[in-house]
Amino acid sequence: MRAKPLLVTIAHRLAILAYIAFALFPLFWLLKVAVTPNDLLYSEGIRLWPSRASLEHFDFVLRHSAFPVFFRNSLIVSGSTAVVVTVLASLSGYALSRFRFRGKYWLVTLMLLTQMFPLVMLVAPIFKILSPMGLTNSLTGLVIVYSAFNVPFATFLMQSFFDGIPRDLEEAAMIDGATQFVAFRQIILPLTLPGIAATLGFVFTAAWSELLFALMLISGNEQATFPVGLLSFVSKFSVDFGQMMAAGVLALIPACLFFLLIQRYLVQGLTAGAVKG
Amino acid sequence: MASIDIANIQKSYGSHPVLHDVDLAIRDGEFVVLVGPSGCGKSTLLRMIAGLESVTAGEIRIAGKRVNELAPKDRDIAMVFQSYALYPHMSVARNMSYSLRLRKTPKGKILQVVAGAAAKLGLEPLLERRPRALSGGQRQRVAMGRAIVRQPKAFLFDEPLSNLDARLREQMRAEIKKLHKDLGATSIYVTHDQIEAMTLADRIVAMNAGVVQQVGSPLDLYDRPANLFVAGFIGSPGMNFFEGRYHAGERPRLEIAGGVGIPLETPAPIAEGDFTTLGIRPEHVVLAGHGPETLLANVDLVEPTGFGIILHLSLGGSSFKAFTHERSFLTASGTVPVRFPDHSLHFFGQDGKRI
Repeated sequence: MRAKPLLVTIAHRLAILAYIAFALFPLFWLLKVAVTPNDLLYSEGIRLWPSRASLEHFDFVLRHSAFPVFFRNSLIVSGSTAVVVTVLASLSGYALSRFRFRGKYWLVTLMLLTQMFPLVMLVAPIFKILSPMGLTNSLTGLVIVYSAFNVPFATFLMQSFFDGIPRDLEEAAMIDGATQFVAFRQIILPLTLPGIAATLGFVFTAAWSELLFALMLISGNEQATFPVGLLSFVSKFSVDFGQMMAAGVLALIPACLFFLLIQRYLVQGLTAGAVKG
Repeated sequence: MASIDIANIQKSYGSHPVLHDVDLAIRDGEFVVLVGPSGCGKSTLLRMIAGLESVTAGEIRIAGKRVNELAPKDRDIAMVFQSYALYPHMSVARNMSYSLRLRKTPKGKILQVVAGAAAKLGLEPLLERRPRALSGGQRQRVAMGRAIVRQPKAFLFDEPLSNLDARLREQMRAEIKKLHKDLGATSIYVTHDQIEAMTLADRIVAMNAGVVQQVGSPLDLYDRPANLFVAGFIGSPGMNFFEGRYHAGERPRLEIAGGVGIPLETPAPIAEGDFTTLGIRPEHVVLAGHGPETLLANVDLVEPTGFGIILHLSLGGSSFKAFTHERSFLTASGTVPVRFPDHSLHFFGQDGKRI
């Protein structure tokens, strides 16, 4: 009786290990290339780790390229988008979850509809709209576009989190003397922190890695975000893989930090004990 | 503390009516229990009084003031939910003081009131805990504590004991009754449990399908149920019913299915040949002979409860129950003699109303 479960357990762990190795291998390769000195990049053949590792690419990227500017731009755009979208999605998700109002069905349909089109189709019209307003080649323009595209999905995400919180709680708060908005702010919102964290994380990473609009709406290094900036390592005659990968590794850091910060909320079931359990 | 007047209240969801013309005057300090099967509209009525549901037609007045259009927070009532609805991110003390903090009550006063309520409910050692670290009974107590700290005009209870196990329910029932005695607060209590209704209420409002069936003291409803619904709902095991045709004359009797005649000691207020429903509670069935016309009932099943014995009997195909404390019936089999004493009989007309 004991032998089989052990075997199953081992098989189970091996399967997970294989999956993790598969999923993380590209990241490993990114790191490997980033620490490989230029002279070894093409001369050593395919190896799992270069015979001599160095940080020269990181040094170059940080000190001699425009990468710090890209990085700052990306941080501004992604951070602002995440905050704007989460605030809007919390309010609209709450409304969809709790209120009955005329046109709700059509509103939801319309929001779904926006998610159906390939973004490429929309590049030209959006450029046409933003250009006269001076919002092309501007971080504000990017934040607006990213927010517009992320709000519908984030709204549905937030709605599902609000749906999971018993209505009794805000009714109790309203009888205790709160208005609906105070009940939302003091009772419901704190309980939705995991949902808010998930939404923040989702929108942040989406904006962080967005390339298409950043490429189309931004020209020149001053306002470029990091995905666009990565392309500047591609020159007419060569691709500087080492520096590109080093920049890529650096770009991973904020995303990792962000998830480290919010992972506690992602896994926490805060509503335990609210109602009978 | 205040009186609550409900006048011609109606509620519909779309074109679907759930409450029909409910009229109810609740006196200051009274404990009123709304009782009925699930879906009868009792919770809806309670939520309308709380302001959580809109009023389709009619008027609700608390302490003489119309509250139809007031938000829940402006009605000055407290409510205990079936799910307790404790705020999971707040300690017990903060749960209890939330309403006071919203009203910007001074800190010292809050501490004092919360301590008082905690002492009353035995919650002192739990004040710093979160709801998730409490047992069901403790959560229930916190929910009550949250209601009493504020001294509202009225307490509303929405099936507060339904989530507790039987023993705890009994205990909390007694505590609620004691609490009401102490505070003397106007209380409206919704339950589907007729025992809770009987034990707690000053007055019971029995409801079915959105219509008030009877309003009265617990013993009123038990002794003189206004119709078949109330007769069947109040009491456990439920009242027995026999449908049959009434024969007046020398020896009045009720002819029921299977050609059985139930002899009546005195004439009933029913016209000769009319169909009627006779009701008798299991505890009023006498298991003894009755002269020459003794009815013999078949014994189908014997259920000992410890407290007494429930006999499942049948007369000419109509089954009924009898309740007795006599342990000799534990081994009853075959037939037993039964008698239906006149003073415990209830007659209902074909419309279901009491005659």
